[in-house]
Amino acid sequence: MAPLLEISSLRAYYGATEALHGLSFSIAQGGITTLLGANGAGKTTTLRAISGLVRREGSIVFDGRPIDKMATEDITRLGVAHVPEGRGTFVGLSVEENLKIASYGRRDKSGVRRDLDLVFTYFPRLKERIAQQAGTLSGGEQQMLAISRALMLGPRLMLLDEPSFGLAPLIVQEIFQIMRRINEEAGVSMLLVEQNAALALNLAENAYVLETGTVVMAGPSAELKNDEGIRKSYLGY
Amino acid sequence: MTAITTAAPVAAETSRNLTRTLLIGLLLVAAALPFLVGKSGFISNFTFLQLSLMIVYAIAVLGLNLLTGFNGQISLGHGAFFAVGAYTAAILIEHYGVNYWLTLPAAALICFVIGYLFGLPALRLEGHYLALATFGLAIAVPQMLKYKHLEPLTNGVMGINLLKPDAPFGLPLSGDQWMYLVVLVVAVAMFWMARNLLNSRPGRAMVAIRDHTLAAGTMGIDTSRYKATVFGISALYVGVAGALHAIIFEFVSPDSFRFELSIAILVGAVVGGVASLPGAVIGGIFVQFIEKYADAMTKKLTQAIHLPLELQPWTLYGITLIVLIYVMPGGIAGGLAALWARLRRHKGG
Ligand SMILES: Nc1ncnc2c1ncn2[C@@H]1O[C@H](COP(=O)(O)OP(=O)(O)OP(=O)(O)O)[C@@H](O)[C@H]1O
Ligand SMILES: [Mg+2]
Repeated sequence: MAPLLEISSLRAYYGATEALHGLSFSIAQGGITTLLGANGAGKTTTLRAISGLVRREGSIVFDGRPIDKMATEDITRLGVAHVPEGRGTFVGLSVEENLKIASYGRRDKSGVRRDLDLVFTYFPRLKERIAQQAGTLSGGEQQMLAISRALMLGPRLMLLDEPSFGLAPLIVQEIFQIMRRINEEAGVSMLLVEQNAALALNLAENAYVLETGTVVMAGPSAELKNDEGIRKSYLGY
Repeated sequence: MTAITTAAPVAAETSRNLTRTLLIGLLLVAAALPFLVGKSGFISNFTFLQLSLMIVYAIAVLGLNLLTGFNGQISLGHGAFFAVGAYTAAILIEHYGVNYWLTLPAAALICFVIGYLFGLPALRLEGHYLALATFGLAIAVPQMLKYKHLEPLTNGVMGINLLKPDAPFGLPLSGDQWMYLVVLVVAVAMFWMARNLLNSRPGRAMVAIRDHTLAAGTMGIDTSRYKATVFGISALYVGVAGALHAIIFEFVSPDSFRFELSIAILVGAVVGGVASLPGAVIGGIFVQFIEKYADAMTKKLTQAIHLPLELQPWTLYGITLIVLIYVMPGGIAGGLAALWARLRRHKGG
């Protein structure tokens, strides 16, 4: 089967500085892939490049369509949902408004309603807090909201930037279990960026390791996990 | 908007109905005022002019609030749009004999276009840089109004004198009373439109962009187009305020619209309460009242309490501003809301 996302020779820039130096990797249909690497390796930049949030060069093909020249909102419409680093909560809006904002560009109103119900089956806690101002949610709840908001786009691929960041282990476990369910039940493929390599390798089937803007290691998660050399030198655990 | 909903929905509903009833009552009284007073002189024409100016500034503060409070873009230059609106009205009336009502949509359109076009390159600017660029606008526009080749239209530094329109249909109202009504009606319409905008999908998208621009982009919102459009709408509001100002004040000149005006509008927005519609009204009152009287009040105060030192003009204004910002960081509207919430908790608990 053709890959869902295929990236080759991807370069990305902040002003004149090149942050990604020709990345190539691909993501299979339906699977979860993780992108690992130290601070500053370029993980966030890679996700931003896919979403068109930074200036980029090279080829990005999503579901057979080149998206490397497209604007963010068009990429979103094709079914790429980005859950940004730091959650990106719209603090001045209610939980409900945060969720509905995602569906503004969608024409299929019945699909929107179905996705809202789906969100609440995954995160019943958000339903209880539907009228609450999103800025007053706890960190864990805000992460749930960020994932839910992305779900409301009706995506085929979800880009998740450190969803475990700053959360207590129990909440992280809960969220990761739900991510697995979303992947299996709703058929949403995922590209997961994580600092916590052990956690990410348990969820994802495939992994790439980045170092200063280039891929230095790739393979099935199981292989990376079981190779002590790789673990020690690249994953730091 | 920023209130945290803890009360039961029924209570919220009741309080919303109460607010609406109060608001409508207040507006009816305000509209009836000139008719009740008539030519008795019980409230002077000068007072009606002052009230009109407050309302005009409230529209301008609202315009800036849409941009800064609800969309997160700072402007230190909205006085420029006020000036463009005022000159549009003045030139159309003076040179082309256009009816004063028609100058309002004209000022709105021109300011929207200029605001939108200015907003486009401003997209690349964040925070401080945007503030500086808009500040440049505030500095440049009054100078451009003095530009020699525009003099046939603008009359240079002399400015343009206008005549206040009379009340139509033989209404028993003075010109000031009539224009007070006009300004009130326009303001109500513009606040109503702003409220509807903010309660709509585009309004929520505006707030999302303010809260997290990048995330708003990932939600499929075309953040660039939105920001430029909001800049245009904001300028439109301020332009209409400027046009009304020209008509009721019967005069425009470059020096009426110096950069202090831009600062005054911003101060009004912050003091009234950023991202608040009632705050814009309070801000308008603040701009007109405090600005115009701070100087005189400083002198009076100095005499009244026999201060041994001589306070400079504007001292009171400065002190008021500092105290307000420390005591009510959420602006007066925010402060009142917090006070109200505390009172109710006292009563309830
Ligand atoms: N807005 C920016 N402007 C300039 N340089 C940036 C910007 N954002 C990131 N960079 C640089 O790009 C490189 C990659 O950063 P990136 O944020 O992608 O790393 P990361 O792998 O996500 O790190 P972390 O795990 O700490 O989040 C770093 O050298 C960083 O300093
Ligand atoms: Mg990162």
